[in-house]
Amino acid sequence: MATTEFDDAQNAEIVSLTGGDTTPQDEFVVPQGVKPPRKSVWAVFKEMPILVKLSTIWLVVLLLSALYAQLDVRVFHGSLPLADPNLQLNGFNPKTGEFGTGAVLESPSWQHPLGTDALARDTFSRALHGTYVSVIVAVVSVTCGVVVGGLLGSLVGFVRGKTETGLMAMIDVLLAFPALVLLLALISIFEVRDLFVISFVIGLLSIPAYTRVSRANSLAISNREFVTAAEAIGTKKWTILRREIIPNVLPTLLAYAMVAAAAVIVVEGTLSFLGLSVQLPTATWGNMINQARRDIKVDFGQVLYPALLLTFTVLALNQVGDFFQRRSSHRASSL
Amino acid sequence: MVKTIAFILLRLIATLLAVTFLTFAMVALLPGDPVDTILGTGPRPPGIEEQIRADLHLDDPFLVRYVNWLGDAVTGDLGSSYITDQPVADTISQRLPVTAQLAFMSIFISVLVAIPVGVMGAYKQSKWQDSVSSAGVQVALSIPNFIFGIFLIWLFAVKLGWLPASNWNRLSDGVVPNLKTSILPAFALALGQMAVFSRLIRSDMISTLQENYILSARAKGLSDRYILFRHALRPSSLSLMTIIGISFGALLGGTVVIETLFAIPGLGFSLINAINGRDILLIQGITVFIAVMFVIINTVVDLLYAVLDPRIRRS
Repeated sequence: MATTEFDDAQNAEIVSLTGGDTTPQDEFVVPQGVKPPRKSVWAVFKEMPILVKLSTIWLVVLLLSALYAQLDVRVFHGSLPLADPNLQLNGFNPKTGEFGTGAVLESPSWQHPLGTDALARDTFSRALHGTYVSVIVAVVSVTCGVVVGGLLGSLVGFVRGKTETGLMAMIDVLLAFPALVLLLALISIFEVRDLFVISFVIGLLSIPAYTRVSRANSLAISNREFVTAAEAIGTKKWTILRREIIPNVLPTLLAYAMVAAAAVIVVEGTLSFLGLSVQLPTATWGNMINQARRDIKVDFGQVLYPALLLTFTVLALNQVGDFFQRRSSHRASSL
Repeated sequence: MVKTIAFILLRLIATLLAVTFLTFAMVALLPGDPVDTILGTGPRPPGIEEQIRADLHLDDPFLVRYVNWLGDAVTGDLGSSYITDQPVADTISQRLPVTAQLAFMSIFISVLVAIPVGVMGAYKQSKWQDSVSSAGVQVALSIPNFIFGIFLIWLFAVKLGWLPASNWNRLSDGVVPNLKTSILPAFALALGQMAVFSRLIRSDMISTLQENYILSARAKGLSDRYILFRHALRPSSLSLMTIIGISFGALLGGTVVIETLFAIPGLGFSLINAINGRDILLIQGITVFIAVMFVIINTVVDLLYAVLDPRIRRS
């Protein structure tokens, strides 16, 4: 009984769907699908938990302060209110032609919000300039990883076949290398000291991980019905990749990129802590920590400030990355 | 089973070849004359250029040099440092025990801390104890190990004066003096792993606790503590084993910065010294050694996993 009822209902539906006698051909409407409207940045920000909100604010403040420090040096030639990061305040100042009256390891004051370091340089200004180094390392290497790794991974996850086997075997080999040791060897043997080259090398070494993440997502998406549908109506492979695969891989990949950026900032911090990153006296959080640790008995603050900056930034990136990861997996399940 | 193992071993060989080739190529493809890079710009003893040229077979084609170098490396000959004249292999075998001890200690500490934290997180899932330990895990994951190391030095060496800030006493000097110098660096190394391990134990434990045999153990009236540690812990620790193996490899890299911070004469510290002295052959030797160890350990873990887990064994 139940089956006949079901059949009847189905037949009725088919009749109503194919009611071609009543609807003329030219009124046929192409189904548009339901596309939820894009949320504004502000709307996304409002739905964040409080910790993630704070983390986002922290990251924006960092970006702005890195920008400010660079504007001060490059556009305004030091005329903005920020101390020169490399000027020794107890020595001769070529700009004013006078000897400075500062001291080494001063405690924080209005003039020097984080005090001065062992060479009587303004720690606050050095921290801001160090922020710029971390921002560049993160941005360059993440761009490198997302563009190259994302493309490769989406491609092989969709195309499959021998291309995939070959590429993933290579990726496995590269992932089998302890990245930090490889990085140390590369940078030291080739004596790399340029910020952008270092960022690029770090980015290059992070490509395998990005490829893996995007391949896994691309594999999952390639099996979805909308991709099959696109293939069935004869869409070109390249167009499917561009319009169906990549837009759906990207949110997850970007969430991963946030967490990867945190790791990359730690790697650069480690390198400059070991004295193997950008040329001194350029300030980085890592080399500030390294220089200040010699005076740890006298002034722990000088170690503490850059250390807290680094830790908070990593924590913030992890929080925001986790948030977007949850959000994108939620999005994927509703596709 | 045999097929899985054969595949794993085949991959091991391919990876080892690739890893050694990469390390070799890095030095061989240096711009300019390798002799200049090795000797630097200082005054040169007569005849040393020819000696280096012959030692490194620089007049042979690239691939021939690689095969020769690999053949030597397999027999334990990684060349000699041109700065200290000591064979690279000797330096490695002297320094390895120190690094290995640190790695073992930090794994031990992390497991010791992670098991109670992870088990409690699973047992008190979504209660305040779980929230506190998850927050702790988040923070622990975000503190770079060298920063934690400096903090430990500040607290225990500078403020409290209980332990030395740096230096190293060998195990042969006695266990207590050795522990005094090794406990801080081991803890500094352990922080990240503690977080990863306890997170893993928590999630595995949560799924184990939903099994029927746990329910039946509970029905028999066994105490929660007994069920948690006797019935649930072992099946929840399989992925922990894998991750411990992988961490071992990662630790070999992580010791570089911690050994430098605490001035510990291990493999990582001598790598940094070699880098600062531009001792190219020593850099190459240590890099290839660490990379090969890393690959081998990961393969052993894969093999163990294939042997231990019946689901993988059968497929």
